[in-house]
Amino acid sequence: MKTSVSTLALMAALALPGAAFAQDKNVKIGVLDDMSGLYADVGGQGSILAAQMAIEDSGMAAKGWKIDLISADHQNKPDVGVNLARQWADQEKVDGIFGVLTSSVALAVNGVAKEKNLVYMNSGAATSDLTNSACSPNTVHWTYDTYLLANGTGKAVVKSGGDSWFFLTADYAFGHALERDTTDVIKANNGKVLGSVRHPLNSADFSSFLLQAQASKAKIIGLANAGGDTTNAIKQASEFGITGSGQQLAALLLFYSDVHSLGLKMTQGLQFTETFYWDLNDGTRAFSKRFSDRMKNKNQPTMVQAGIYASIIHYMKALEANGSNPHDGVKMVEKMKSMPTDDALFGKGEIQPNGRKIHPGYLFEVKKPQESKYPGDYYKLIATIPANEAFTPLDKSACALVKK
Amino acid sequence: MTTTPIKPVSPAAPERSETPIIMGMIAVLAVLPLLGVYPYFVMQALCFALFACAFNLLIGYVGLLSFGHAMFLGTAGYASAHAAKVWGLAPELSILFGTLASGALGVLVGLIAIRRQGIYFSMTTLALAQMIYFFYLQAKFTHGEDGIQGVPRGLFLGVLDISKPLVLFYVVLAIFVAGFLLIYRTINSPFGEILKAIRENEPRAISLGYRTARYKLAAFALSAALAGLAGATKVIVSQNASLTDVRWEMSGEVVLMTLVGGLGTIFGPVVGAFIIIAMQQYLAEFGQWVLVIQGVIFVACVLAFRRGIVGEAAKVLRRNL
Amino acid sequence: MFNISTQALFAQLLVGLINGSFYALLSLGLAVIFGMLNIINFAHGALYMMGAFCAYFLLNVLGINYWMALILAPLLIGFLGVVLERTMLQRLAGLDHLYGLLLTFGLALIIQGLFQNYFGSSGLPYAIPQQLTGGQNLGFMFLPNYRAWVVIFSLTICLATWFAIEKTKLGAYLRAATENPTLVRAFGVNVPRMITLTYGFGVGLAALAGVLSAPINQVRPLMGADLIIVVFAVVVIGGMGSIMGSIVTGFALGILEGLTKYFYPEASNTVVFVIMAIVLMVKPNGLFGRA
Repeated sequence: MKTSVSTLALMAALALPGAAFAQDKNVKIGVLDDMSGLYADVGGQGSILAAQMAIEDSGMAAKGWKIDLISADHQNKPDVGVNLARQWADQEKVDGIFGVLTSSVALAVNGVAKEKNLVYMNSGAATSDLTNSACSPNTVHWTYDTYLLANGTGKAVVKSGGDSWFFLTADYAFGHALERDTTDVIKANNGKVLGSVRHPLNSADFSSFLLQAQASKAKIIGLANAGGDTTNAIKQASEFGITGSGQQLAALLLFYSDVHSLGLKMTQGLQFTETFYWDLNDGTRAFSKRFSDRMKNKNQPTMVQAGIYASIIHYMKALEANGSNPHDGVKMVEKMKSMPTDDALFGKGEIQPNGRKIHPGYLFEVKKPQESKYPGDYYKLIATIPANEAFTPLDKSACALVKK
Repeated sequence: MTTTPIKPVSPAAPERSETPIIMGMIAVLAVLPLLGVYPYFVMQALCFALFACAFNLLIGYVGLLSFGHAMFLGTAGYASAHAAKVWGLAPELSILFGTLASGALGVLVGLIAIRRQGIYFSMTTLALAQMIYFFYLQAKFTHGEDGIQGVPRGLFLGVLDISKPLVLFYVVLAIFVAGFLLIYRTINSPFGEILKAIRENEPRAISLGYRTARYKLAAFALSAALAGLAGATKVIVSQNASLTDVRWEMSGEVVLMTLVGGLGTIFGPVVGAFIIIAMQQYLAEFGQWVLVIQGVIFVACVLAFRRGIVGEAAKVLRRNL
Repeated sequence: MFNISTQALFAQLLVGLINGSFYALLSLGLAVIFGMLNIINFAHGALYMMGAFCAYFLLNVLGINYWMALILAPLLIGFLGVVLERTMLQRLAGLDHLYGLLLTFGLALIIQGLFQNYFGSSGLPYAIPQQLTGGQNLGFMFLPNYRAWVVIFSLTICLATWFAIEKTKLGAYLRAATENPTLVRAFGVNVPRMITLTYGFGVGLAALAGVLSAPINQVRPLMGADLIIVVFAVVVIGGMGSIMGSIVTGFALGILEGLTKYFYPEASNTVVFVIMAIVLMVKPNGLFGRA
């Protein structure tokens, strides 16, 4: 049956070549994320929901497009991610891959997307290498990166007197990049780094790492990790009386879901940088309301999930502007770079030649329990970092796509 | 207390040549991608089949259950990935380098592990493999969690363009067949007969004047090198080397493949590998249920089905398979 | 007299001692099971994890607190162990002991897979019981009360178990049944039941360790899988036959790991395995093992 149908389609295509290809309005996209591991609250089911909402909100179905969505769990393992991406390209014929938390997986999938000429819009991975040394004409890096975190949080902490640091670093691409970028910022602001210790991804017991950090007598213990690792480290730092003894934690990457699970009592006063907060403005509130109503656990969206939504919206706009699906990753990414971005969640912005999507960053502080007025009222806005300062300046980008 | 040793329960069968079956197996494998089976899947399965055959050489013919064979798969993977990517070696040289690295590791581990037998041997290999795992987790050249990505394929032997899926497939098939035949030759050689004698009764083999430790070490190193050949080939196929290949779960997986197919049978590990890899491939959407199903198969095999699929078939057909 | 580095050294030693408590409890359970059934219980880590989950459910579903969980979880998981032994392990009698290893490996996969399905791989929080929050400032470090409790409690359990097996009449039967089951059966002792109960007891010890670790490590489906291989190495080093050997080795290796974390942190994960390799070269039966 299948063969005869495709034969028919082929015959039709041969008979009417121009028309048949011009009307190709079938698109298949995949959300590849951590669905069960330590970043599942940051991405996970919420990532799939965000993608579904983007497809619905784009209104593409009413305009004759057929958008298919598939998803899979990469388990934070680069080899699993690569195999899934390759199989999606070979067998599922996907046009684009979205999401992909975890820098190690993100960098690995980056290679497959280029090899198979897919659209690859990353929202979740932190490493700034995606738009520098590892940049690719198929890749757009949406939500945030380590440059932003270092310049947002790192600079703010050093300027407020935290000038000696000790890092607790997740031992993989993300932690390394975050430690590197933050160290640059600390040194540029006359601070110093006294040492660092690397812990395995998904650690349960931080006691010996924290004791090393304590022994360094650094003023700031910088947490260059994320998700479950960050929440565990914060919890145990309070158990071992480290936060009570004069040293301060700096969570370089903190998500809404982390604050939500730790509670305000343990996180109050932490400063960190994000590019999206559900309670930022009317646009974010409206989206977040619709989102949390559809989430099983009624959680508000994280910036990663918001980034997946916004990136798919922009992809859909570009497809519509193109009139049909060319099934050509480079071409679609070029199209997206040529169009300004505008959505309710990140505001107006653009995609730079190196694939970096730029928008403002926000330095937040976690509220004290008594300052929180309603459920989810966690953040206080300290400063806004304008879009053109938030990310690596183009003339400093190590990306070969940037013409100098 | 006497116990039945862990070994194949092969019926006394008249000696019949397996050659036609081997030819048939190769023919079937060779046409699989032409029938529309995803070539990448078949290549993966072939690498694991070779891995399982190498493992089976130890358990099936020497009676040693290694619970750390992932260290050889992974070592060769990292070595060949590093050779191909950083040193820019040709794929065949990278694979050779990986195989030799695992063989060398096999000698070292073997020297320690074969001092003990039975359960102690299993636990020793398991613990040593875990040590290797932690080493790779921290070593610079493996890039820890990130793994080695984007391993180049290049030209095999300078002429074959293995970036083309079908060319790569036949190269992998050729490597598998070479490894398989080497194992087949080994177990039917005088060396193999001595190994079987050691498995049946080591003290007697010693009293006959054989230095059994040397034979066991040689078998261990050979098994390690062939597992390495599988791991190195797998890296060229998947173009990445990662910690997954050195985790203890991987050591368990190869035990499962061999157990399902039939311990100590010639074709069992191949059948087992294809079944388990197919399961992982086609049940992937069920997430961790795959793990549960694997566990159930494990338990079922141990409790009721110790001969494995090929072992049962061999019993019915009354011949060696 | 404490300068920064000796402070850090003592702190790491103490953290090592805490980890050693878990090694000791788990390897003790393995040793008890091995002594009687001659199998390596690969499911030990999974059952340890179930102990922690058991405590979690008792608290969050039934409102049963930590102290009751410390008694109930080992009993419940111990009973599960009895069922597993009766329905499965018993059928392997007379076969190579490696089949026991393979069977329990399969069981471990099933249990871990099921829990991962329902709970993902990241952890669920389990609060420290009220009575044990806070901590002591020891000068060189701030010792959380709960961790001190873990060390004292597990040491007590280990020594009590040693006493019961080596110094009581029941223990004497047990040891005799290990040496010569037929003879003990001739004395009218129900040896199969003794084997079953021993397995249940060993598993109960694992569950107890699980409850103890719940407030420290988060309740995670893979918490046991990460730990069990180290414990295997501990058992090999201590020598499979010896109860005291597994206790001493467990604590000693925990402390040794702490030392390594201070002097050469990169090797802290591998040091146990290096020691194991050395012990196997010098004394293949383990430090306390019988030939």
